[in-house]
Amino acid sequence: MLTTRIALTLAAMLFGVSPALAQPTVKIGLIMPYSGQFADTAAQMDNAIKLYLKQNGDTVAGKKIEIIRKDTGGVAPDVAKRLAQELIVRDQVDILAGFVLTPNALAAADVSAESKKFMVVMNAATAIITTKSPYMVRTSATVPQLTETFGTWARKNGIKQVYTMVSDYGPGHDAEQGFQRGFKDAGGEVVGSVRFPVANPDFSAFVQRARDVNPAAIFIFVPGGVQPAAIGKALAERGIDAKTTKVLGMGELTEDEARKSMGDASIGIITVYHYDHNHDSVANREFVKAFNEANAGRNPNIYSVGGYDGMRLIYEALKKTGGKTEGDALVAAAKGMKWESPRGPIAIDPETRDVVQTVYIRRVEKVGGQLVNVEFDRIENVKDPFKSRMAR
Amino acid sequence: MATVSLEAVGGAHGYLRAQTRWRRSEIAFWLATLLPFLLFPAYLQLASQIAITALFAVSLDLILGYAGIVSLGHAAFFGLGAYTAGLFSKFGWGEPLSGLILASALAGVVGYAASFVIAHFRHLALIMITLGMGLLLQEAANSASELTGGVDGLQGVRMRPLFELFPFDLWGRTAYTYSLAALFLTFLVARRLTHSPFGLSLRGIRENAVRMPALGAPSRTRVRQVYTIAAAMAGMAGALLAQTTLTVSLEVLSFQRSADVLVILILGGAGRLYGGVLGAIIYMVARDQFSGINPQYWYFWIGLLLIAVVLFLPNGILAGLDRAAARFRRRSP
Repeated sequence: MLTTRIALTLAAMLFGVSPALAQPTVKIGLIMPYSGQFADTAAQMDNAIKLYLKQNGDTVAGKKIEIIRKDTGGVAPDVAKRLAQELIVRDQVDILAGFVLTPNALAAADVSAESKKFMVVMNAATAIITTKSPYMVRTSATVPQLTETFGTWARKNGIKQVYTMVSDYGPGHDAEQGFQRGFKDAGGEVVGSVRFPVANPDFSAFVQRARDVNPAAIFIFVPGGVQPAAIGKALAERGIDAKTTKVLGMGELTEDEARKSMGDASIGIITVYHYDHNHDSVANREFVKAFNEANAGRNPNIYSVGGYDGMRLIYEALKKTGGKTEGDALVAAAKGMKWESPRGPIAIDPETRDVVQTVYIRRVEKVGGQLVNVEFDRIENVKDPFKSRMAR
Repeated sequence: MATVSLEAVGGAHGYLRAQTRWRRSEIAFWLATLLPFLLFPAYLQLASQIAITALFAVSLDLILGYAGIVSLGHAAFFGLGAYTAGLFSKFGWGEPLSGLILASALAGVVGYAASFVIAHFRHLALIMITLGMGLLLQEAANSASELTGGVDGLQGVRMRPLFELFPFDLWGRTAYTYSLAALFLTFLVARRLTHSPFGLSLRGIRENAVRMPALGAPSRTRVRQVYTIAAAMAGMAGALLAQTTLTVSLEVLSFQRSADVLVILILGGAGRLYGGVLGAIIYMVARDQFSGINPQYWYFWIGLLLIAVVLFLPNGILAGLDRAAARFRRRSP
C-alpha cells in the first residue's frame, strides 16, 4: 500500500497528473480502432460522440467531461486490455467507452470488472460481451437480437424454406446460427447452407449452388465493404431476381456504399437492422441534419447512433448520480433507463444491461430516383434472445 | 563485425572468452530495465509488452540475424505458444510457470518439425514458405473456432498468481517482473549460444551455407537446431502475452505480427542480440507516444521514423551507436 502511494506520488510528479484535481472532471477513455482497416467505423462513431458533446456541452452534473482517445489499430485484444489498464492507472479515467470490435471489448471487460469501472460498449455486437463485467452496458445491438428476430419474422411472413450463405468467420457463424434458430423454431426448413471465405472476390459458384436448390429465399451475411457489391453482382448474373426468390440479409448488405455499387440489382433485397438514416422520426431528422452539417454532408450509420446513444447514456447516468462516478452507482443509474433515440425508443434491460430496441425490416426501393432502405415492418421491444435463453 | 586477428586476442579460445565477457554497458542496460518500477510505475503494462516483444525479436534474430534464415511467418510460433498457454489455463491448469514451459516446448516441437522443410531452402523461397506456414496456421485456428474461439478470441483464460503469491495486477507489476525475468533468462541462453562455436558456425552459414560443411559444420543440422530453439523462444513470448493479458486472438498468428517483429529487428539492428531488444523498446515506446498524441494518423510518424533509421543508420540503431562509440574512442584515446 505504501509502495502504491509512493508510486502514485512519483507518477504525479513525473507526469503532472494529480489524483485529486481541483476542478471536478469526469474522464472518459475511448478505446477504438482509430487507425487500420476499421478506422472508418471508429471515425463514424467518433463523429457522433463529438456531435453529442457539441450539442450538450462538456459539463454535466457540475463536472467537466474530458475525453481521452486511444487507438487499438484493429483487432488487438492485448493492446485493448493494456490501454484499458493504462487509462485507469495512468489517466485515472472514470468510464471506459467506445469498443467497435468484439475481441477488444471482451479483453477490456476484465479490466472494467476488476477496477469496478463503468463501461459502455457502443458497437461490438457478440451476445456474451455484457456478461463479462457487471459494470458494462451496451447501446448498439446484439447479433441474435437482429438475426433470430429476422428468422422468426421470415417464417411468419410466408417463407417456408431458406438457404443460408454466410462469411466463414465468427460474426458470419453467429448470423447463420441466429437466423436458422429463429427460422426453425418458427417451423421453417433450412434447405441448405454454405460458408465462403471472408475476403471472397467472386460469388458466382456459391450463388449457382444456391440456385440449383431453388429455395424460396436466400439469407446472406457478408461484412460491409466490397463484399456486398460482389455478391449483388453474382445474384444478378446468375438470374436470382429479388422479385421471385426473396433475398434476405443483415443490414450490411444494403448499406449506403453497398447500394451505390450494386445499383438496381439491390432493389427488392430485404434486410434487418436497428438503424438507418432514413428512419422517419423527428428525433432522427434532427440528428441526421446536425450530423450532416458537422460532417460535410455525410450520413450517420449504426456506428454513429451507437456512439451518440452511448454518450447520452453516460450523460443521463451522471445526472442521475449527481456526478458520482463509481461503477456501482453509474450502472445502477443506467439500468432500466429509457429514451427516444434517433433509431426509435430504446431502453437498457435492468437484468442484462443490454439494449432493448425496435428491430426494423427494410426493403430496398427506388424512391425519387434514389435507392433507399424503406422500413416496412418492425418488431418492437426486442431483448437479446441469447441472454433470455440463458436466464431460463 | 570488425575482423580481428586470432593472435591478437590470444587464440580461438581467447577470442570466444573475450566475447562472452560481460561489458559494463550490458550490465548497465539490464540494471536500467528495473527503472520502470521506480520511474514509470504507470507504464509497467507497456513495459511488460515491450519485454515480450523484445523476446520475440531476439528469437527472430537468432534465425535471421545469425543464421540468415529469412522468415515472414515467425508469428506462427508466437501464436502457437499463446494458444497453448491460453488453452492450458482454460482447461483448468492456471499455473503460469508450467504453462509457460509447456507452451514453449510445444512451439519448439512444431518448430523442429518445420525445420526439416526450412533447412532445405534459402532466401526468397524461405519467405514464401514461412509466409505460407503462418497463413495456414492462422486459417486453421480460424476454422477450429470451437477450440480457439475464432475471431472473437479465446475466452475463459484465467491465471493463478505467480508462485501462488503474486496475482497479475492492474498496474502490471507482476506482469512486468514475470516478462522481464523470462526475457533475461532467455537472453542469457541466447547470448551463450551466439558466443559459442555453435553461434560462430551459424554466422558462417549465413555468409556461405555451402562452404560450412567443408569446415566441419553441417549446415542443415545447425539450421534445424537454431530454428527449433528460436521457435521455442517465440512460443515462450506468445505464452507470456497470453498469460499477462489473459487474451488470445487470431491476431497473435497474423502476418502483421510477423512483419512488425521483422521491422523491430531491422530497426534495432539484426545480427546482434541487443538489436531486437532496443528495437522493441524504441518501436513500442514510439507507437505508444505517437498514438497517444494522434490516434488517427500516428502511423505517419512511425513511417517517418523507419525511413530515417534506414536512411541514416542502415544497419540499425545499434550499429549506428557502435559506430558513434568507435569514433568517440578514436578521438579520445
